[in-house]
Order: sequence, then structure tokens, then C-alpha cells
Amino acid sequence: MKNNEDTYYKSLRRTITLIIVAVSLFPLFLLAAVAGYRFHTSYRGKVISHLQEIVEKHARQIDQFLLEKLAEIQTLATITPVEELTSSASLAEILYSFQKSFGGVYVDFGCVDSSGYQVAYAGPFHLARANYAKAEWFKKASAQPYFISDVFLGLRGLPHFIVAVQVPYKDSFLILRATINFLGFTRLVESVRVGETGRAFILNRQGEYQTAVSFQPKLEPKQILESLASKSADAPSGNLRAVNGASGASSVIYKEIDGTLYLARPLKKGNWFLIYEQNSRDAFSELYSARRFSIALVALSIITVIFIAWALSYKVVGRIEQVDREKEMLSEQVIQTGKLASLGELAAGVAHEINNPIAIMVEEAGWIEDLLPDIQAVAQSAGREDLITEIANTVHQIKTQGARCKDITQKLLSFARGSDARVQEVNVNDVIEDVVGVISQKAKYDRVTLKVECSNGLKPVFASPSELQQVLLNLINNALDAMDTQGGNLTIRTAQENGWVVITVADTGPGIPESVLPRIFDPFFTTKPVGRGTGLGLSICYGIVKRLGGEITVDSVVGQGTTFKVYLPVIQEKREGDNGGE
Amino acid sequence: MAASENRARILIVDDEVAYADVLSRRLKRRGYEVECACSGKGAVQKLRKGSFDVAIVDLKMEDLSGLEVLKIFRTLEPSMPVIMITGHGSEEAATAGKALGAFEYLGKPCDFTSLLEVIEKALTLGREKHD
Repeated sequence: MKNNEDTYYKSLRRTITLIIVAVSLFPLFLLAAVAGYRFHTSYRGKVISHLQEIVEKHARQIDQFLLEKLAEIQTLATITPVEELTSSASLAEILYSFQKSFGGVYVDFGCVDSSGYQVAYAGPFHLARANYAKAEWFKKASAQPYFISDVFLGLRGLPHFIVAVQVPYKDSFLILRATINFLGFTRLVESVRVGETGRAFILNRQGEYQTAVSFQPKLEPKQILESLASKSADAPSGNLRAVNGASGASSVIYKEIDGTLYLARPLKKGNWFLIYEQNSRDAFSELYSARRFSIALVALSIITVIFIAWALSYKVVGRIEQVDREKEMLSEQVIQTGKLASLGELAAGVAHEINNPIAIMVEEAGWIEDLLPDIQAVAQSAGREDLITEIANTVHQIKTQGARCKDITQKLLSFARGSDARVQEVNVNDVIEDVVGVISQKAKYDRVTLKVECSNGLKPVFASPSELQQVLLNLINNALDAMDTQGGNLTIRTAQENGWVVITVADTGPGIPESVLPRIFDPFFTTKPVGRGTGLGLSICYGIVKRLGGEITVDSVVGQGTTFKVYLPVIQEKREGDNGGE
Repeated sequence: MAASENRARILIVDDEVAYADVLSRRLKRRGYEVECACSGKGAVQKLRKGSFDVAIVDLKMEDLSGLEVLKIFRTLEPSMPVIMITGHGSEEAATAGKALGAFEYLGKPCDFTSLLEVIEKALTLGREKHD
């Protein structure tokens, strides 16, 4: 039964906890998920947009640089007489002048005739009279008014790219070409750096590096281009040029591949691509930091909710448990009261029916006693004087047992009616004094040390003095019977506690086993030997104390003793005030 | 004790015939003149036929209750002390009986010596009333 109750309350506690947790955490999760997603999307968008802006700006700078170089060479080709262009010495002077004006951007100048023969050269390499007839750049430069090449090794065996411009010459043309400082150009491209891992480089349409790379990109250049090309639905695979042409505005596209963010922007009319690469964690570091903080906050909220739910459920179930117990106790009391009431009715009837025959028996015995003098004469004449003693003893025994029966029926009746139930203001200490006067002799015979500790200044209670005496006598007699002439201590104590007068009757007897304790107030329940206890004493006490609005409790430890406590409500202050005024 | 030339007349009213009988015997042995009635109505008839110095009336009877008999007795013979006796031992009944003028209330089985003392006191009172 106890286990079932425990299981029920545990289950209830669990259910309440789960409900509170579910009700509290569902909105929290929903809020966290929606807000988190919105924040994530928005922040990510902002970061990418920012990077796109940076890449776009940087790409324009690079484009601008290339156009400037082209414009400078075009201007040079236009304003410089052909004689000077075809003279290595003049070219050297011009190169010197350009290097002075533009820093180390230009590495060398060369003038190539339409057959691919370099007629003049100024620069650090020995390329005078070099023949470029079969060079790819020459073929392309010959086919258009101006040309910016991809990076190639050329005759010098070093990566470089050139800006070439056609100069009309007689019926044919010359090509003025300038080599751009490759490392300087690389530095320009790499100058865009965001975070710790943001780097930029340039690829041509074939996926070849057009700048020097001092790091190893996560993907192969061709893979990067293919992935970025597939990003745009408009763009055919491997062709980012279409993207550039379609929008006309910012044509920076991006893609996240295996934790790395790639942004691409076409350069040089789609022949080159400025690629920007950055580790996603680095790019979105603030986002991840905010996300970690949010997760920690949600985790803290979850822990708090669980703790509160647990504490709340514990408290609520504790209260429910207490109310259930009180209800159960009340039910037990109602049952007990019902038992007592029905027993009381029965007892009253039985007592009356028994008292009459007992009265007849006792009176008949008395009649025999009355006749004893006459019988004595007859017995003497018959020589049987011994009969007189025998009869006298028998009569005495009948009267004694009759008196015992009467005592039992009186108890039954007082149990039924509460005997003298006239309630009045009673000082408990006075009643105890009366009772102690009655039982002190018996206690002495039983070798019991009687200790009376009455608190001074006890407030009066409403009670019937005789009923209260009966209660105390029952408790004290039980205590004396329990100690059974073995001796011990019997303490009678009074005290006032929070509106109650508490009477304590404590003995040092053998104690009451726990299994018996719940039944001791049941009518007819007794542990005394047959003939010594009616089993009504404590029931009567219980009935009387409950009628007075009080409580009676028992606390017993086997081998140490038993303590009964009677709680009686003190008379209310208002009442006392009224009395005081009279 | 009470027995003398003017023997006191006692009326015992109890539907327990055996009890009335033994009480009657014991009282007669002590010199009283005793008559028994085993019902309330019978008791009233006996009182109408003759006078008694004391009446011992059982509280609970089948035809008329002891309290009803007491009321009638108080009407017929106001000076006659009535001792109420019952096995029921009801405090309320005793209080009601005394309120109606019963001389004393005793519970069954009562101590015979106590009963004799009460009877003597009642007789004294009765005599005082007559005087």
C-alpha cells in the first residue's frame, strides 16, 4: 500500500515536471529556433554581402589598374615617334622614365614588328632581337588593337604577363609591349585580406593562376571554377563570363564548399576571375560566437526550467500528499467516530439489559446473606457450621463479580454517553491534582515513582471535570498496569503550546509494539490478560477528547516506554476578555 | 432499622418481576411493608387504592415510563418521595427525574445499604412533609 502510494506520487511528480518542462521549453525552443535561424540567415547574408562588396571593390581596382596600364601604353604608343619605339636606347629612356613615375610596375618594354621580330627592347633580360612569331601572345596581339595576356613563362622562363598595343607602321604594324611586374601585381591582388584566412588570387578561364600563390587553396583551381559556375543557374558549367554579362552590376558570386567560402568576380572582360577564399568559421566567427552564446543561454534556461519544474513539482506533490494524508486521517477519524457512535448505541442497550439480571443476582445474593442467620441455626443443628462460611464466601464472590459487571456496564454506558458531559471552564492542573490524589497510593504499591510537573499559569479549557478525570485515570491506570508492579517512573506533565493545553502521561513500561499502535483506540481492543481489561478505556478517552475538540496522540518505543499526549483547546481570548470584564 | 409499630409502606414499581420480588423480600425482612407493581399502570392503580410512604420506581418500563409514572404519582400523592432506579444509568433521565420531583436516583445494581439509607432519608422527608 505504502509502495503503491510512493509510486503514485513519484509518477505524479514526474508528470508535473514533464508538463512544466514541456510547456516552458516548447516556446523557448521555438523562439530559439526561429530567432536563431533568422539571425543566422540575416547575419550570414550581411557577411557575404560585405565580402561581395569588398571583392567587387577590389576587382574594380584591379580592372582599373589593368586599364590604366593599357591606357598608359596606348598613350605611349600614340605620342612616341616610331623611330624612338624601334630604338632600344629610346625605349630604355622611356622605361626609366616610366619606372620613375609608376614605381616598379613595368619590368621591360619591347617593340615587335609584324613578323614577330623584336626590333627594340629595354629591360633586365637579354631579349633583344627575340623572335615571337610563334608565341601565343603575339598571335593574339596581332589580331587586335590592344591585348593583355595571361601569365606565361615566355623566353625569360619566369611567370609574367604583358600589355600589348598595335602601332601602325607603314603598311603594317608594330606591337609595343610592356611587361607588368608580376610580383607587384600579385601583391596588389593579395592586398585584400579579411580576417585571418581571407585571401585573393586570380585564375584565368582555364583555371590557371594569374598571380603567385603563397598558400595552398583548399580546392584545385578548376574545381573552384566549376563549383562557382554551377552556382548560377544562368551560367553554363565552367563559364562565369555569362554571369558578369547578365547582371552588369555586382557580379560577385559565392559558394561555400567544404567549410570554405569562395567568392568570384570576373576580370578583364571575363578572361580572368578574382577568386576570394576564406574559411567559413573565420568569415562567420562573430556568428558562431553569437550562436555559442545563444546555445549556452538556452542550455542555462533549460537547466533553470528543469530545476524549477522539479522544485515546483516536489512542492506541489508534497502539498497534495499532505492533503491526502490529512484526508485519509480525517476519513479514519470519521470511521472511528462512526464505530464509536454505533458501538455507543449498542452499549447503551446491552448495559441496560445486563444491569437488570445483574441487579437481580446481586440482590438474590444479598437475600441469601439476609437469610444466613437462619441458615446458621439449621446448619448448627445439623453439625454443618462449615456450610455457613462456604455460603458467605460464595455470596461475597457473587456480589464482587456483580460489582465488576456493574463497573463494566458503567464503562459501556459512559462510553455511549460520555457520562457527566456538563462542560465548564476547567483548570487542568486542578483535575490532575484530584486524580493524583486517587492514584498515588496505587502507584506506591506498584513501586512506581510518580512525577507531577504542572506548568503554572495554564489557561482554562472547556471540559467536563469528571470526563477529564476519567481520561486521566484511564491513561494513568494503563501506565501502572503496563509497568505491572515491576516499578518505574510515571510522569504527568502539563504545558501550554500555541492555544492548546497539553497533558502528557509518560511511563517507562515495556512500550507498545508498532503493529499494535494503530489499534489501541479501537473499542474492545486490549492487550491485558482476559478478565483484566475491557478494551474500552482508551476508546472512551478518545471519544471524550474528540468531543472536547482535542486530540490524543501516542508515542511508544518498545523497551523504553509510552507517552500519551492529550491536547485540549484553550478558551479563546475574546471569551477570556468577557470573563475578565465581569 | 425502619421497622417499628408504624411500618413504612413502600411501593416497588418494576417490570422486572424477579428484581421487584427479591427487593421486596429483603425490605420486608427489615420490617418494611412492601407492595410490588410490575407495570406503570398497575402502580398507578395500587396508589389509587392505598397510600405509600415511599415509592421505588424503575425508569424504563414497557407500558408507562418511570418518568410518566413519577408525574402521575406527583399528582396523586405529592408528598410521597419517589426514588428512581434504573439499569440504564442515564444521567439525562436522572436529571429529568429530579426536575420532576424525584427524591433520588439510583443505578442498578445498587448497593443495598445505600438503598436503605436513601429510603430512610425519604421517609424522614415524608414525615416532615406530613407534619
